[in-house]
Amino acid sequence: MSTSSGTPESWISSFCALPGHEYFAEVSEEFIEDDFNLTGLQTQVAMYKEALEMILDVEPEDDDEEEEDEEDDDENESGLEEPDRAGVRHGAERRHHSRMASDLSVIESSAEMLYGLIHQRFICSRVGIQQMSEKYEFGHFGCCPRTHCEQARTLPVGLSDIPGEDTVKLFCPSCLDVYVPPNSRFQTVDGAFFGRTFGALFLLTFPEYDLTKRGADVLSSTNSKVPDDETILNGMYAKNIAPGLGGAHIYEPKIYGFKVSERARSGPRMQWLRDRPETITELDEARLYHEQNPDSEEEDEESMAVNGRALVRRRPPGNARLRQRQNHSGSPMALSANGAESEL
Amino acid sequence: MDDYVSESDSDYTSYWRDWFISSRGNEYFCEIDEDYLTDRFNLTGLNTEVQYYQYALDLVTDVFDLDCDDDMRETIESSARHLYGLVHARYIVTTRGLTKMLDKYKKAEFGKCPRVNCHSHPLLPMGLSDIPNLKPVKLYCARCEDLYNPKSSRHASIDGAYFGTSFHNIIFQVYPALIPSKSIERYIPRVYGFKVHAAAALVRWQDLKRDDMRRRLRKLEIESGFREEQMEEEEEEEDDDVEFEGVDGNNSNMRLIEGGPM
Repeated sequence: MSTSSGTPESWISSFCALPGHEYFAEVSEEFIEDDFNLTGLQTQVAMYKEALEMILDVEPEDDDEEEEDEEDDDENESGLEEPDRAGVRHGAERRHHSRMASDLSVIESSAEMLYGLIHQRFICSRVGIQQMSEKYEFGHFGCCPRTHCEQARTLPVGLSDIPGEDTVKLFCPSCLDVYVPPNSRFQTVDGAFFGRTFGALFLLTFPEYDLTKRGADVLSSTNSKVPDDETILNGMYAKNIAPGLGGAHIYEPKIYGFKVSERARSGPRMQWLRDRPETITELDEARLYHEQNPDSEEEDEESMAVNGRALVRRRPPGNARLRQRQNHSGSPMALSANGAESEL
Repeated sequence: MDDYVSESDSDYTSYWRDWFISSRGNEYFCEIDEDYLTDRFNLTGLNTEVQYYQYALDLVTDVFDLDCDDDMRETIESSARHLYGLVHARYIVTTRGLTKMLDKYKKAEFGKCPRVNCHSHPLLPMGLSDIPNLKPVKLYCARCEDLYNPKSSRHASIDGAYFGTSFHNIIFQVYPALIPSKSIERYIPRVYGFKVHAAAALVRWQDLKRDDMRRRLRKLEIESGFREEQMEEEEEEEDDDVEFEGVDGNNSNMRLIEGGPM
């Protein structure tokens, strides 16, 4: 959609430009136009049809002169930039004479809800997660407030997939914990718009990010990836399993230089939460099980004898098919191939 | 040295300190008593640490009357702030200092823990070093026993030595009733309700560590500070863990997730 009147903004890009909406990705129109991706949302959102039309900037079907209206449309949309939305309502009123102002504010909030729910599905699709990875690389989601994580970049997550339950949180892959965003403007953003799955799925989809890198470091040097020869453990690069935990990353309480004993009533009780085995292979439960129960499976035992650490594989983790397809953008139908959206 | 004016100053004795603790960015500091500042024993060793020590002390105690140019005044001013910070680190571990900081803690004036599972528990300021100009101030959460960076940059630039490495631990020794109950609540990364294997394996290992500690403490009959019912819940959940094997081929992400949908 481009007209002579400068660069008109779509509803989606103006929504993402609002203060507090910095974490949102711009959902592609193809994704929204595929009804399959919207399965079940009709029942969750009031005035669904109108809300969907608002998101896609399309005129209601009963409008006759579509082409002329489209021009109009674009002018009106630029009003969306104003945060107080007065311009939107005004412009939209001119557009739909029959519609009441109160109706429009209902549709507006329905549209936001619908966009959020679509967004939850979109960022788990291939195109969506790719877009979020670019935002992650630029550090758009901020960094971990924990001192020992040394400003590791975070990911926005929800603690529930149902809207209205909790606000958006930040998941730190370096300490595997969730934090309240530092700025209060994010406390009005629903966590369900990001969903419970995105954070963990991101790490499985992009296993090669160096999780300890800060946003600033990445901008100066182009290489924020883990080298290929890293050991793989439990399906992830061993280096990337909670790199901000364990050893020197655990706070040791001291009084005048003396450690506070565990036996003191005020002694440390929570160090396990920030702990990580010194030799990370301790987490290879399958290998340990086989070592302790040598006769359980003969086949595996044979392969163990061959290279000692059979289960510390060097296969790159993640979905190989997914990685191959990352470079070209396919049809919206292909998005469902990783089974992400359909299972909700 | 001790030439402070003793008469007619009761109304504005704490003029400089009032200004200091009420100015923007100094919200973490409490007011040091006049008595504490004028007892030279409390200031032992600080004269070598602070430039223009005597003028700085005069300024802090509001008896400064040197006629000097603006540059000099600015230098003395910054020395006074440094001196105040260093005395502050000593003062807040005294009985009176602890009560003042306790009041601020109860009002959550040092901020609240950003960790979701700490449910906005109030924080305490602390330093990672007692030597000045090394590490900026950090915030300690007594619930998760971890350190966090202050949200605002004007707090992030305060010297950690003005609070010291011991204060936040001493306060809980002096007021054991303040020790918050510990919680095993934690975030577990999931994909469509399934736990991610790498994270879940780490969580299981950490849980073993925790249970070891609780067993050690139980043997010594020391209270661990955890609520009992939480432990049982966790044990039940552990039983549900079923490894989830791949559904579509070797390379599927599904191999990496486990457990049942919650």
